[in-house]
Amino acid sequence: MSLQAASDNPNRRSLGGSDLLRLFVTYFMLAVVDAFAVYLIYVFAVDGVIELAITVAVVTIGANIINLRQGLYPLRWIAPALSLMVLMVVYPIVYTVYVSFTNYGDGNLLTKQQVIRILSQETYLPEGGEVYAWTIYANAAGDYALWLTDRDAGDRYYFATLGGFAAVDAVAPGAELPAEYQGYRLLDRRKALQAAVAAEDLVFGGDEIQIGIAGRREAGEFEQRLVYQPEEDAILDRQTDSLYHAEYNYGTDETTGEPYKTGQFINDAGETLRTGFIAGIGTKNFVSFIENDQIRGPLIRIFLWTIGFSFASVVSTFALGLFFALIMQDERIPMLLRKFFRTVLIIPWAIPGLISVAVWRGMLNENLGVISNIIRAFGLEPPPFFIDPGWAKMGILLINLWLGYPYFMLVCSGALAAIPSDMYEAAEVDGANWWRKFRDLTLPMLLVAVGPLLIASFTFNFNNFTIIEAYDEGGPPMRESGNLPAGHTDILISYAFRLAFGAGRGADYGLASAITIVIFVMVAAVTLLQYRFTSGWEETSENV
Amino acid sequence: MSETARKRKNSSPVHNLRLTLQISILTAAAIFAVFPIIWVVSAALNPAQSMVTQSIIPPLPEVRVVYANAPGTLLQIASPNGTRVERSAELVLLVEVDGDEKELRAIKNGYVENIRLSVGDSFAEGDALYDISSSYFINFDTLLNTPRKPYLRWLVNSCIIASISAVIIVMITALSAYSFSRFRFQGRRSLLVLILLVQVFPNLLALVAIYLMLQQIGNHIPFLGLNTAGGLILVYIGGGMGINIWLMKGFFDSVPRDIDESALVDGASHWQVYWHLIFPLVRPVLVVVGILSFVGTYNEFVLARVMLRDKDTWTLMVGLWQYISANFAQDWGVFAAGAIIGALPSLAIYLMLQDQIVGGLTQGAVKG
Repeated sequence: MSLQAASDNPNRRSLGGSDLLRLFVTYFMLAVVDAFAVYLIYVFAVDGVIELAITVAVVTIGANIINLRQGLYPLRWIAPALSLMVLMVVYPIVYTVYVSFTNYGDGNLLTKQQVIRILSQETYLPEGGEVYAWTIYANAAGDYALWLTDRDAGDRYYFATLGGFAAVDAVAPGAELPAEYQGYRLLDRRKALQAAVAAEDLVFGGDEIQIGIAGRREAGEFEQRLVYQPEEDAILDRQTDSLYHAEYNYGTDETTGEPYKTGQFINDAGETLRTGFIAGIGTKNFVSFIENDQIRGPLIRIFLWTIGFSFASVVSTFALGLFFALIMQDERIPMLLRKFFRTVLIIPWAIPGLISVAVWRGMLNENLGVISNIIRAFGLEPPPFFIDPGWAKMGILLINLWLGYPYFMLVCSGALAAIPSDMYEAAEVDGANWWRKFRDLTLPMLLVAVGPLLIASFTFNFNNFTIIEAYDEGGPPMRESGNLPAGHTDILISYAFRLAFGAGRGADYGLASAITIVIFVMVAAVTLLQYRFTSGWEETSENV
Repeated sequence: MSETARKRKNSSPVHNLRLTLQISILTAAAIFAVFPIIWVVSAALNPAQSMVTQSIIPPLPEVRVVYANAPGTLLQIASPNGTRVERSAELVLLVEVDGDEKELRAIKNGYVENIRLSVGDSFAEGDALYDISSSYFINFDTLLNTPRKPYLRWLVNSCIIASISAVIIVMITALSAYSFSRFRFQGRRSLLVLILLVQVFPNLLALVAIYLMLQQIGNHIPFLGLNTAGGLILVYIGGGMGINIWLMKGFFDSVPRDIDESALVDGASHWQVYWHLIFPLVRPVLVVVGILSFVGTYNEFVLARVMLRDKDTWTLMVGLWQYISANFAQDWGVFAAGAIIGALPSLAIYLMLQDQIVGGLTQGAVKG
């Protein structure tokens, strides 16, 4: 342990009044946070979001350990940041990894337990069940109630409101119906007809017995229609007497690209119940990158374009930025003029990206855009920036060049200024021309300094969702992508976003998450490479 | 470059030519840089509402009513004082525009200077139709006075969300950066690398998880749920940790350690060192980091778009996105006005702080 750690030793400090106070405040605040966390864990557990309850528990326990163990003093400073990162960054990552191995998406949005609970609420009127004759009543609030007569039991009366069901003891069996009962009034003939129509789909009665209108004269007792059978892991439809087995892995048709019928309750005839559930489907999402024709083709093209787009963006912005920096480096240009040009040239960088892209999009508009008009003024046909895939890509690269060069111009200016001028003088003495000086001296020196930023810029553009989305939402559309929406200018992240949140086919969070994982692995690899590249960075700071 | 060499170069006509060339290139570059801005300003000032702008400074048509036909009556007027015409169905006017006769139907944005319009009004020959003095700002007026699109509300939302996020991010990350910079503890390096790696996960696509989490949190802590500024701030803060810890650590590292070491030997606690010694030294940097976080948060729109459903809770970028996605060409002038106002805060910040920002950037680059 270094000298630094030794000074953390609490014995060195006397426990003065302010220390005691601080200690008290620390524990008090910790206790408040803990109490709140316990409440959250409890309510999340009750809600059935166990994963979130566990995350909060982990964060809380971690925070407590860090704050109570003297040896972990340095981590106390980091604890707030770590807690936030675990909750808002790490947990979503873990969740995304989990989702990538499931069929989570439209049609499969709920857990199996939730689906069973919802399906269990479905009822039907069984044939041969208890049948009553009914008469409709209504109260002042407009709620309906049914007066029921059990013909088989000697005209015994029952009264069913929207929340209750009880036998009527006050009126003798077979006696005339009362005009008013428990605040509900007997309706006249005309109103009763209207009311009957309105009450047709209502379920009367309490928790134990449910009554519904079955016909013009008959009301019947509802029964639960779909019953889950745990031993068979299936749902029995009691109306049709058909057994729906829980299918985790069904109908994998790779040739037609039909969606897998995983996470469905399905019977022997191949019919499914309307609500599917989230099921683990192993690596199927990842395998579908290769096996599903509708995914593989577009995905390869999108992948290549992502790489090409990022690479071209980095090279073009770096080249233009360096070019401007080199020109501005010339000391013979008056200082004030240089300052002016620098200010003007960084403007594109200072404008919110979304706004810039939108403005450019307007300028490139084929019919009305100013650039198209200028081109037309020269007697040429303006390029179809939003229809032709190639031109759309050109448009995006042009916009990204405009957006990105100021950054490299600034960075290169700084790096150029740091190259010692005596090296140039030595080169001049050797008779090197400007090209030799640039190629053998400036560029290598510059790349050492700017290299990591080039890599960072590459990873940034790799996930540059804003420009793609704001330009044309990935369009023009790729025809061969079928019902999976893909566009010619889509990069991986915008494609995944479209799969997850796009309209059309419906959300497929599982597939989108799988693509996200692939993106993450690639970007993380590049970042690690960059970290290696810049390990000198950390070492210099170590010595400060 | 030696003195004599420079003098020789300065006098040479070849190099004078080169200087001219350089300045011409820079001028061309400057035009490339500001052209879209000039154009969007011109579009915002163009009362014609159209994307077609023939000239940089749009001509203001002097419109005079020459003839108003019999059913030229107003059916609906937007503002209660009757000066603003939003929809004037069945209003057909034969007007004189810069000498040419033109038929106008359903004027979208019209100001009437002398006559106050009210429902049932008709026009007389020679009435001035546009208020020349204010019509350059018609798009701005529409932008700020459309209740369906509460632009000012969005602007305020954006500023609140971005400022709170920036302040909290700076406070929390400065503490972490101090620890990473000043303490040497087991797992420090691994933790730093881990933070870096976790940070590159595209949190755009963790949206599903974040969305569901906010939904759950919102059931119990309403002000941190979906559709609230608090929830979005939570997301921004969580996402802003990693990169800023790294950035700040670099700045803390550049403060010599002798300062705090001597204070520690004198019996000061780490908190005292941080608060009384280091913090005042890095304060200018913290301000820059805070402002950059502000701008970053202000500009973000994807997370905001998914998390905020109600129009009243939207941020500026989410609101502007609506102009872009629907009827882009029709609402072009209003969008341009909104874009200008929306870009002003970050533009002003960058231009005012360019020396500091450039300093921070180049320092990082040279250090690399």
